[in-house]
Amino acid sequence: MRLLRRRPMLGLVLVSLVATIVGIALVLVIDWFPVQASTAADDIDLLYDVLLVASVPIFVLVMAVVIYSVLAFRVEPGDLSDGEPIHGNTKLEIVWVTIPFIMVSLLAVYGWVVLDDIEASEPDALIVEVTGQQFAWSYRYPEQGFSSDTLVLAKDRPVEFDINSGDVLHDFWVPEFRLKTDAVPGITTKIRVTPSRLGNYDVVCAELCGIGHSTMRSSVRVVSPGSYEAWATERKRRKEEQDSGADAGGGLAAAGAGAPVGYVFGVAGGGG
Amino acid sequence: MTLAARLRGPGWYRAAISQPLSFLFALGLVVLVRALYGYDPLFDWTAITTVALLTMPLGFIVGIGCFDYWFRWASGAPTIPEDHSSHGAKTWWDYFRVNTDHKVIGIQYIVTTFFFFILGGLMAMVIRAELAQPGSQFVDPNTYNGLFSVHASLMIFLFIIPVFAGIANYVIPLMIGAPDMAFPRLNALSFWMLPTAGVMMIASFFADGGAFATGWTAYAPISTETPIGQQFFTIGVQFAGASSIATALNFLVTIITMRAPGMTFWRMPLLVWANFTTSLLVVIATPFIAGSQFFVLLDRSLGFHFFDPAGGGDVLMYQHVFWFYSHPAVYIMMLPGFGIISEVISTHARKPVFGYRMMAFSLVAIVILGFTVWAHHMFVSGMHNWLRVPMMITTMLIAVPTGIKIFSWLATLWRGAIHLTTPMLFALGFVTMFTLGGISGIMLAVIPVVIHVSDTYFVVAHIHYVLFGGSVFTIFAGLYHWFPKITGRMYDETLGKVHFWLSFVFFNLTFGPMHLVGIDGMPRRVADYAEQFGTINALISVSSFLFGLSFLVFLYNMITSWRRGPIAVANPWRAHSIEWQVSSPPPIFNFDEIPTVVGGPYEYGVPGAVHAVFGEKPAPRTVTPAPAGGGGSPPPVE
Repeated sequence: MRLLRRRPMLGLVLVSLVATIVGIALVLVIDWFPVQASTAADDIDLLYDVLLVASVPIFVLVMAVVIYSVLAFRVEPGDLSDGEPIHGNTKLEIVWVTIPFIMVSLLAVYGWVVLDDIEASEPDALIVEVTGQQFAWSYRYPEQGFSSDTLVLAKDRPVEFDINSGDVLHDFWVPEFRLKTDAVPGITTKIRVTPSRLGNYDVVCAELCGIGHSTMRSSVRVVSPGSYEAWATERKRRKEEQDSGADAGGGLAAAGAGAPVGYVFGVAGGGG
Repeated sequence: MTLAARLRGPGWYRAAISQPLSFLFALGLVVLVRALYGYDPLFDWTAITTVALLTMPLGFIVGIGCFDYWFRWASGAPTIPEDHSSHGAKTWWDYFRVNTDHKVIGIQYIVTTFFFFILGGLMAMVIRAELAQPGSQFVDPNTYNGLFSVHASLMIFLFIIPVFAGIANYVIPLMIGAPDMAFPRLNALSFWMLPTAGVMMIASFFADGGAFATGWTAYAPISTETPIGQQFFTIGVQFAGASSIATALNFLVTIITMRAPGMTFWRMPLLVWANFTTSLLVVIATPFIAGSQFFVLLDRSLGFHFFDPAGGGDVLMYQHVFWFYSHPAVYIMMLPGFGIISEVISTHARKPVFGYRMMAFSLVAIVILGFTVWAHHMFVSGMHNWLRVPMMITTMLIAVPTGIKIFSWLATLWRGAIHLTTPMLFALGFVTMFTLGGISGIMLAVIPVVIHVSDTYFVVAHIHYVLFGGSVFTIFAGLYHWFPKITGRMYDETLGKVHFWLSFVFFNLTFGPMHLVGIDGMPRRVADYAEQFGTINALISVSSFLFGLSFLVFLYNMITSWRRGPIAVANPWRAHSIEWQVSSPPPIFNFDEIPTVVGGPYEYGVPGAVHAVFGEKPAPRTVTPAPAGGGGSPPPVE
């Protein structure tokens, strides 16, 4: 303890350095995220890692000073001595205003750059209209003219989701894509995604929407471009069949075209 | 006293009569209006409930006696002269009467808010029991949604915000050398509005269709469509908000006009600064949440279309107005805690607060910046895209004044003579845990990250690090610190330390893993979740039950120490600020003679330095007080 009292800075710096290295190693070893299934995921995960790495020294500094002070400057109950009457230190205060300011400014710029990257518009994007309604998601492919209650996307083909709500707020979220946005009654919100990994992923509602909120799930299948084309063609064919059937049944096609998405087209699962 | 006199006079008998009367008034008014308009049916229970939710609390407040003086004065009747006979509390029953003594009101606030804290905590236990494994166990989804909504509303509106008002009520007048608050009757009214709001929120569980289940955020349009329970929130918030605004006005006037001679702004303890800045936030921001809930009320009850796009309404407007209050509310729930921590660390480390002026300036900076960041809660809401980057930048800039405070507390510890008492332990727990909350806060400002983690358990983790590891730890620090002053008895130090370590460990085990599940894809506010999160949620639930049990140690300590603890001396911490220079508990009128302030509040280690002197003439200064600010000559740290 006497050494600590005489040379407190030295020990503190050493301990902090070791703790920082261990801390950074630890936060990088932890597997934080779900798998990466979109091109944006890589950028976002890297940004998160950078934020973590920048945070570790700050937290270690605070912990180290607290623990060290308690060890080195603790007095027994009944000790009537006072600490040194240090009222401030302008240089030190300038330092701890400037360094955090520079740090957050750099991180903000980096965050902005990543934001621009992940939201850059891609040519030839497939448009999918998404509608949230208590408590289900439904999808419409306006260019191909059919609807579906599962979402099927082609790997590496950019998608633009045009998101709407039929009642209250919902939130369209695919954790593996790292992207989400609210479904807002009265306006259309958009997000762009380029799926980059084959597989089945959950579509999760992330905005409290009522009793069924926690079970408002759907799924997205990312398939190869060929499979996607086959699925889309099959869907289009079925839709045309249904329309002609409906025509014979008394002109429901016109109504069907304008009806809420997911209303008529209950063919579950789909091919592909 | 005869029964008739009891029924006429202020108190619980009259309040008990006023309840059915104000209900009948609401019923009569609704039936009359519906009859005049020719509506069918005449008895619309939704309308009657809504009006009764307004009249019954008012009836209670009138019945208990908050308005008696003003009514007499306004009607020209002779007012009852204030003979101060109601000051102080001689029995426990005195705490259940309208009392204008700031010390009694302070205790009323603290005990009432802890009552709601316990209820909110029990709800959290039910929530964790339900979440202990995937699937549905104990409660149905509607009850579940009600539980977390009422939990959050009680914790925010009935615990954290008002318990700080309670601590400040007790301490601030003593700290600035004032005999009471500036408006004692308004102070009593502020307190009595509070339990009505809390009772209303809890009563919503008995409403048709269950408690309000739209979160404490009550986002439109779901809040305009859910069953009648929502009205209990919409209207309850008005009473909690009005209470908050009235108290804040009272603090502002008290601090500006009632400081003892010599107490310049730069000699005020930082707790006074903290409550001064908090009160500014409250009076500016709180009307916005009142507005947002009135919009909801009008949409629900009178068929307005503020949030109905089909009627020309705008759904996002709700969120903008709501967060224009509710982000500053985060600082309303934090700045008073900052003040407490400055008192506790300086006193128990026997050192002046490092960089006193910068500590005060950073509070002011947080107030100003706090109004420029609200839309960071809306990064995925579908608002204008251009608004996001400016809000990200301002949000991250708040880290700078907050960082000043954290680093200054650390520098205050440095080379102190640290007494590791329970308040000090909680203060140190706060500094470290709040740093973690601040770090996740920075992450939640960076838009690409927040697009993924918003509305997930990462946010739940963040808010509990900020509000429990932050605010509630400061509340515990403050209560242990001022317990001897308030009760005149000492708490049990060993139990206090046990309480700290249990809550510190299980707090981290409860809320730490929530970061992980959140990033991994678990949304918040769900009664059920994917199988993959089962193990970690079971761990969180077990930790949370032990965390909840740790509170019993605190409760036991407080109750037994208050009844039978060793008698406390006037100044057990050898603190310099004025509240410690009077007896414990203080005299009924605080000061037999008004003190004169002659120096800074934290001059520990400065030989012969005093903050305030009692007596007609200020004592001659024997030493030149060291400069209070960060500038100038003091010895460098290293």
